[in-house]
Formats: sequence, structure tokens, C-alpha cells
Amino acid sequence: MTPPEIREEILDILESIAPDEDLTDLKDEVSFREQLELDSMDFLDIVMELRKRHRVQVPEDDYVNLASMQSTVTYLEPLMKDVQKV
Amino acid sequence: MIRTANDDQRIVITGVGLTSPNGNSLSEYREALLAGRSGVGDYEIRYVGKTLAGQCDFDELRYQKRKEVRRGTRAGGVAIFCAREAVADSGVDWDATDRERVGVYIGVTEHGNVETENEINEIKAFDYDTKVWSHHHNPRTVANNPAGEISLNMGITGPHYTLGAACAAGNAGLIQGLQMLTLGECDLAIAGGVSESIHTFGIFAGFASQGALAEHDDPALASRPFDRDRNGIVVSEGGCLYTLERLPVARRRGAKVYGEIVGYAMNSDASDFVLPNPDQQSRCIELALQRARLNAEDIDIVSTHATATSSGDIQECEALRRVFGGSDRTMINNTKSFIGHAMGAAGSLELAGNLPSFEDGVCHPTINVDNLDPECDLPGLVLNEAREQPIQYILNNSFGMLGINSVLIVAKP
Repeated sequence: MTPPEIREEILDILESIAPDEDLTDLKDEVSFREQLELDSMDFLDIVMELRKRHRVQVPEDDYVNLASMQSTVTYLEPLMKDVQKV
Repeated sequence: MIRTANDDQRIVITGVGLTSPNGNSLSEYREALLAGRSGVGDYEIRYVGKTLAGQCDFDELRYQKRKEVRRGTRAGGVAIFCAREAVADSGVDWDATDRERVGVYIGVTEHGNVETENEINEIKAFDYDTKVWSHHHNPRTVANNPAGEISLNMGITGPHYTLGAACAAGNAGLIQGLQMLTLGECDLAIAGGVSESIHTFGIFAGFASQGALAEHDDPALASRPFDRDRNGIVVSEGGCLYTLERLPVARRRGAKVYGEIVGYAMNSDASDFVLPNPDQQSRCIELALQRARLNAEDIDIVSTHATATSSGDIQECEALRRVFGGSDRTMINNTKSFIGHAMGAAGSLELAGNLPSFEDGVCHPTINVDNLDPECDLPGLVLNEAREQPIQYILNNSFGMLGINSVLIVAKP
């Protein structure tokens, strides 16, 4: 997956775990928590969806990388470069 | 004894919130019962396939965000809807209510099966890799979940818990609420029962294996307690929660009072995992009458538990014959014939189906009785057509597996 494809995938995951949120104006460089009502269980949902959908494992020590869209895409780029967009 | 001259120990029903397969408010539900409208329909669930069930269509998003619905359980959603509706119906000034003095007591037949089955189904697609087992599983399956979801949704900081009481749970929730009010543990109790059981295939498969799952070409005719051709239970979801208050508190704020709980009893058969025992069922009814200081002939309506199983209906009728055999005025009906068996919600929903009779003086019938089973032939049975008579007392039976019996007596206010 390319970075734009990864971004699209993360948006899709966010839509499913935060269905009440409007994601159209999400700012990539600002943390998710500043823009959305997300708690620790929601971040675990992001981790779980990556595991289920793409077999991508995010170790607990790396959760800090999922703070914003920008940091998430940067972190996932090497892990998902061989993942095919479906 | 609970019949008392001490008004502070007199507990009254001041609000009703419910969702039933044939109505999402007390007025809708009552109207359906008097119109003879069933809530049973076709249903399909994994592994079991096509079957029948009573399904509810309340608006899940009236009191919850979509994210809360996703994170919580169906039982939690049912419970929140019923609790919010009951509080609104009670007229309590919720914004001014001390939430620490509110107690939440919710009866459940079972809890956790739905989520566990869902998760196992989910990990099956991953060759049973438990790394994809949801982190939501434990908060969804802890036994207090439906009551806890109410406390989270409504900001209630008083006690909350569920009561696991098989199909006697709806009455058990009400009895617990009453007891906590009389002990002074809370000033407002939200109490009753809920059920999400139609979402677990196990309950259908279990009843089918037991030879106790109803089948019928016409879903509306499938739930037929007391009928010779009954062939089992129609499983339903639903919920019915009440606000309970001490009488002086209700009077002070000018609340509408639906009824006063003047007697109750719970006991155990101690005889079989599934087969009911008329000795202990009749004993439970007698205990409730004693505590209410009433005789059998004082009771106007007996709301039966009968689920349309071959032996259960006969056993309950035997218990009723022993207690009410000499009472000419007691009418006997059954709400499951309309809505199926709402499991943990059954006791509280069936009471709600009869509560309006204090006002309209009508005893709703048991429907679907084309050929009365001679072993269920009780003189007071109200079959297929409603009967009018002034109503002063309702006695509500609710029994469950492992031999748990509960009886509630409610008086006209």
C-alpha cells in the first residue's frame, strides 16, 4: 500500500469505530484525540482492525505512533508496503 | 410481612419503560394485547437456521450514540432504552435527582452468551487465533453489563447490578428494587428485567434439543400456552423496567402511581434442573399471599408464567388449582401467547401487560387456545377474548430453570 492508500484505510477503520464523527476535515498533523472522541479502547480497535484486516502487528510500545494520521501513516508505511490494496 | 401501615415501607410503581415484540411503550403494548396482536415473527440465526422469535424494533439511537451501541451489548441497549423511558414516564425531575441515591437492579436469564458466540465465530475466520479476540469481550460479558450500561449512560453513581434468576429474573429485579428501597439503600430504584437471548443460537439449539422449541407455519400462532397442540417456547427479546419509590415520596411530588407492590415471594423447587415442581410453585404463591395479607379469592388476575411446554404448563396449572381452585373471581391469563418468552424480561413485561387493567378494568386474554388441554383446564382461564371486571389485585408468576420461583402481588393504587 502507498501512503495515500494507508491513509484511506485508516479513515475507513476510524469510520467504523467512531461512527458519530465527521472525518471530512480531519487534520493529519493534529492528534486524533484533539479532534475526535477517542479513548484507549478505540485505539485498541485500530490495532485490532490492522491485525484482522492486514495481519499487521503493532507492539504495545509502538502505540504512541498512532497519535495522529500523519504519524500513523509514517509508522505503517514500511509495515504495509507489501500489503495489497483490496 | 411486607403489607405494612408504615408508609415509608410501602413501595409503589411510578414509571414504566419497555420494549416488547409488539410495542415500544406501555400504551402501544397494551393496545396490541387488547387487539390480539402477536409480536412473533420469522427469524434466522447462525447454525440453527430458520426459526421463530419475538424481535423488538425500538429506536436504539434515541438514547445512545452509534458508537455506544457498537461498543455495548444488545441487552445494554434494551436496558438503557427502558430505563430512560421509565424515568421520563415517572415525571421525576432527573436533572435535580441525586444520582448517588438511584439504584439499578436488572434481572437477566443469562448474559454473555451472545458476545462469546460472536467472538468464537469471528476467530474461526482466523483459524481460532485468539490474538483477534476482542478487547471489548470482558466489559460486554461481565454479568453486571446491562445494569452498568444504564449507570454509564445516565450518570447514575448509586449501586447497579444484575440478578441472574433464569426466567424468574424480571420479578427478581423488582423484588430487589423494593428491598433496597425499604432498607434505605436508595431513594429511586430502576428495576425489572431485560433479555437479548434471541441473539444467541445456543438458547434456540438448547430448547430444540430439549424438544421444547416452538414450530408453526404461522408465527403468530406459534406461542400457545394451555393449548393441546402447543409444542414449545418462542424465544423473544425485550425489556421492561420500572421506577419504584416509597409511597410518601411519590405522593409528595404528585406522581402518577401505577400500583403498589404489596406482596412477593421467591423460593426454590430443589427437585430438578428443568422440570417445575407444583408443590413449591404453589408454596411460593401462598407465601406471597400471606405477606400481602390476602386470600386467593382477593386476587383478580393471575398472570401466569406458562411457556407452552408440554409439562411446564400442566405443572403451573396444578399449582394454581391448589391455590385458586376455590376462587370464583380470579381470572387467569398469559401474555407469552402474544409475545413469546422474553426470558429475563418475561416477568416484568407480563406484569406491565396487565397493569393497565387497574384503569380500564379489562383482563387481556390468552390467545391461540383452540383446543384447551384438559390438564390445563382451570375455571378462571380467560381464553381468546378479553373479560371485563373491576381489578384490585394482580398476582404475577415467574418461574425458571434450576427450580427458581418468584411471585409478585400488585395492588391498585
